[in-house]
Amino acid sequence: MKKITLSATLAAGLAIFAGSASAQVDLDAVLNVEGMDITTRAPAADFLDIDEVISGWVYRTKETQALQMDDFENPGMIFVDIAMDDWNTVDGSEGKSCASCHTDGPAEFAGLRAEMPRWNEEKGSLFNMEDYINLMRVEYMGAEPLKWAKPRMDAMVALISLQSRGDTINVAIDGPVSDIWEQGQELYFTRVGQLDMSCANCHEDSYGLMIRADRLSQGQSNGFPTYRLKNAKLNSIQARFKGCMSNIRAEPYAIGSEEFRALELYVASRGNGLSVEGPSVRN
Amino acid sequence: MKNSMLLAVCASVATFATVATGQVAPSEVVFDKYGAVAASLTGVAGDTANGVAVFKDRKKGNCMACHVNSALPDMQFPGEIGPPLDGVAVRWTEAELRGLLVNAKNTFDGTMMPAFYVDSGYTRILAKFEGKPNLTAQEVEDVLAYLQTLSE
Repeated sequence: MKKITLSATLAAGLAIFAGSASAQVDLDAVLNVEGMDITTRAPAADFLDIDEVISGWVYRTKETQALQMDDFENPGMIFVDIAMDDWNTVDGSEGKSCASCHTDGPAEFAGLRAEMPRWNEEKGSLFNMEDYINLMRVEYMGAEPLKWAKPRMDAMVALISLQSRGDTINVAIDGPVSDIWEQGQELYFTRVGQLDMSCANCHEDSYGLMIRADRLSQGQSNGFPTYRLKNAKLNSIQARFKGCMSNIRAEPYAIGSEEFRALELYVASRGNGLSVEGPSVRN
Repeated sequence: MKNSMLLAVCASVATFATVATGQVAPSEVVFDKYGAVAASLTGVAGDTANGVAVFKDRKKGNCMACHVNSALPDMQFPGEIGPPLDGVAVRWTEAELRGLLVNAKNTFDGTMMPAFYVDSGYTRILAKFEGKPNLTAQEVEDVLAYLQTLSE
């Protein structure tokens, strides 16, 4: 049998299965949270090889989807409440809380999550939400920075993200971040680990298909931080990268590393056009 | 230093084991131009009972993460990324199946399917898997024997 014949056979097999899989996904399901319609499908950016970007919410079961549509059912909101207490709590040498300066509350940050991560001109580096939170804590409160991918930080990221719920993801990829974005793109397509897979193998080539009991999504980051039923806590974007890499038996980059920062930027930009959902609910 | 010495010892033990049992090392597997591997990796006939165990084991073959196999109806929620394995013994020869298990990339260029008997050339492989193939030579032969029972 020749190689080309084999490929055709494989392609035919895949096509049949892709058909049966999509029959179980309701691409037209509408995500409405507390009366607000959230965009879960949008035309893909020009730099992508896919036509449409789709929120991971679409690929979850009806039961999981429902949890995100009601803030009283969304377990991620518990952590938002915890972060709100933190917001009002004085910490650090300056005797300030977040509320001391941000007198209009977290709502002052409406829209910020939609642009994360972005270039910080003053600092001359790429900033994500964790960076902004720690910048405020260290420079204005005289407080210790929060550790990334830990409950207190993830909750604060969720609180700030919530202020942008429904806003359209609009991450800049040009100008000062273009080199970092290119690095992130390269990482996305690099096969790693003993299972020798790239992000793209699952999240670009195979989304919508089942990988054992789990349905692959496009791996969009618009819903982060995400409350996962699997570990019953909020999960940060970079913690999820780490989990993915470990799953394919690859040595993960460090959380906060140059590589994960670049990947966060690239993955976020793949979701341009979708809505901010954080804190979302996934399995 | 201690680690590297330990590694060297392990490596020589591994080499010795290979010679002693007549196993083909991952780097010495001979493929034909279509990616098939005619010769057994061990010279020992595959054991179908162990083959199905390796096939199902999530830390070994984990084949059903990506493939449907109707012969194992008790294994729920099969994946659907790769083609179904129903009738795979009819569609492929033994040599072709062995080649697909050892390193499917030689048959399908760029396939997502992991190689199960390749021990080098990986990027950022976790330290505990460094220098190790996904399966042992005999496990590959065992899974192969099991796949050859899937004729419908």
